[in-house]
Amino acid sequence: MRTLFHSRFYSLTAACALTAAALLAPSKSLLAEGTLAQSAHRIVAVGGSVTEIVFALGEEDRLVARDTTSNHPASAAKLPDVGYIRALSPEGVMSVDPDLILMLEGSGPVETVDVLKKSGVAIADIPEEFTDQGILNKVLAVGEALGVPEKAEKLAEKLKVDLETAQSEADMSSSDLRVLFILTARDGRILASGSETAASGIIALAGARNAVDDFSGYKQLSDEAVLSAAPDVVLMMQRGENHNVHPEEVFDHPALAQTPAGQNKRVIVMGGQYLLGFGPRTADAIRELSDQLSDIRS
Amino acid sequence: MSEMTFSERPMRLKNWFGIEAAGTGNREPLARAVIALLVVITAGSMFAGLAIGPISIPVLDVLPHLPAHLFSSREGAPAGVSLRDWIVIKDIRLPRVVLGALVGAALAVSGAVMQGLFRNPLADPGIVGVSAGAGLGAALFIVLGGSALAPVAAVLGYYAVPLAAFVGGLITTLLLYRIGTRGGITSVATLLLAGIALGALTGATTGLLVYVADDQELRDLQFWGLGSLAGSNWEKVTSAAPIILVMLFAVPFLARGLNGLTLGEAAATHIGIRVQRLKNISILMVAAATGASVAVSGGIGFVGIVVPHLLRLTIGPDHRYLLPAAALLGASLLIAADTLSRTIVAPAELPIGIITAFAGAPFFLWILLRRRGLMGL
Repeated sequence: MRTLFHSRFYSLTAACALTAAALLAPSKSLLAEGTLAQSAHRIVAVGGSVTEIVFALGEEDRLVARDTTSNHPASAAKLPDVGYIRALSPEGVMSVDPDLILMLEGSGPVETVDVLKKSGVAIADIPEEFTDQGILNKVLAVGEALGVPEKAEKLAEKLKVDLETAQSEADMSSSDLRVLFILTARDGRILASGSETAASGIIALAGARNAVDDFSGYKQLSDEAVLSAAPDVVLMMQRGENHNVHPEEVFDHPALAQTPAGQNKRVIVMGGQYLLGFGPRTADAIRELSDQLSDIRS
Repeated sequence: MSEMTFSERPMRLKNWFGIEAAGTGNREPLARAVIALLVVITAGSMFAGLAIGPISIPVLDVLPHLPAHLFSSREGAPAGVSLRDWIVIKDIRLPRVVLGALVGAALAVSGAVMQGLFRNPLADPGIVGVSAGAGLGAALFIVLGGSALAPVAAVLGYYAVPLAAFVGGLITTLLLYRIGTRGGITSVATLLLAGIALGALTGATTGLLVYVADDQELRDLQFWGLGSLAGSNWEKVTSAAPIILVMLFAVPFLARGLNGLTLGEAAATHIGIRVQRLKNISILMVAAATGASVAVSGGIGFVGIVVPHLLRLTIGPDHRYLLPAAALLGASLLIAADTLSRTIVAPAELPIGIITAFAGAPFFLWILLRRRGLMGL
């Protein structure tokens, strides 16, 4: 009987405590977010497009560090680098003494994020989607986290118009060209982008067609798959140190040389973060890509 | 009786390394001195691992609070210590140091045991298929954890990848061992050859997984393959520690047997060593400890080869001293390498596998060149 009473007493207390916690927690966290966002002035931006958005919002003075993928604009590249977006080091991030971390979807590893959360640093998750709306959502999320939603709405509005114009221009000159995005082409192995990738997103926005859409993600293409993809043009990223393939060298590939792209030696090379970042510069990237595509068509 | 006499005078025997064949005499006092020195070095590197990092912390103010707070679930920092300093020491550096010590010791001791067992200076845990199997297990969950294996991954949560690596390593080893054992006798040659075949098979399966992996999973696989203690936390320590500690405490009992085995299997049997039992226990323990290490830290290379060789060159091949010395040196080397990996490109960090391979590969080549002369290659 006594134990029963005890256990009842404890469960009652526990229930009360839980209810109280549940009632208190949301209001408390809302309060914390509201004040934190305004006052956060030591911000770490993780994700190239996130950093670009912070600069586009004119809030770059509040940044203290960035990740390896954030190399644009040039002044962002001068900030301390806390590591690759997927391999952040917890102590490294904490060493810049941040009060807010903007994390693009896919940042990690989980262990680092867990420790950072535990340390009490505010973390804002920024969603990633490879569409024009995805860019606007990103801008709004960053603006929200920085406590400048009005500025973000203005920027989103401007970007929306910008993106729409770029897209309609691209559609007008719509080439319906088949574009093959090649991530790497080392040793004759072509790693191409299928559907649900940033590359396939930008190709669609530029009014062209992804030459391979029967798989998602990045995969190696066999010679026959290259032939049946029959790309009109090859799209590649400009590389720095490690993947220094000369653009025309990809056409040494025997199968690729047989495709329309290979026979006419048509390759477009653009900066990786610029082309695939899905940030403030994407409208420009769409224009540049569609211009180059319509040049090819004519 | 004969076994006793043997282990008391192991240095007089010419062994397969040939390094101490020049009659260097009794190295026991030296070995004891080296082990004592290594205890000091290990303690020193542990302290350095706690004290050094991208954030400068008055570590001496924090350390006294650790024992009382370590096992309590109480959140928050003790009085007089800032939350940031407390988390950096308790949740980042301390688990890394502890895990580094455990993994370093496990890899080095596993290497020493494998080299003794196979009487082959180049043997390391990879040779019994642990690494390949563990790699496959991990890749399986990194790639399929979100799709085909989602229910399992949901149940295991945090532990899915490490556990899969551990189980993968163990299964491969047991399979290999079954293949290599006939009529109760394990043939070393069969084991080595079958290991190559199984390695190719697991490698191909991992390749298949790489093919279906998406962009992010590919990067995860790549970073996992390089090895790192960056994701260390107490969950990983508590999942790997029991297995590794059992191995570290059990392995000294194998020392005499491994010493006897240097004479060859037949001779070892004649002096009363139960060779088959020795093989069974050694391989199982190495598989378990390496599997646990690979599971929590990925593929950290060369510790298992470099450490035992470095020690054989100084204190000789007597396993009674070699095994504890290897545990200590492996632990302190890995802690030192990890401290370097955390600070060298701060605030980012370098995967530790890169540092151990950079330090290990040239040393490995040097050993090879030295031994080439001795073996007449």
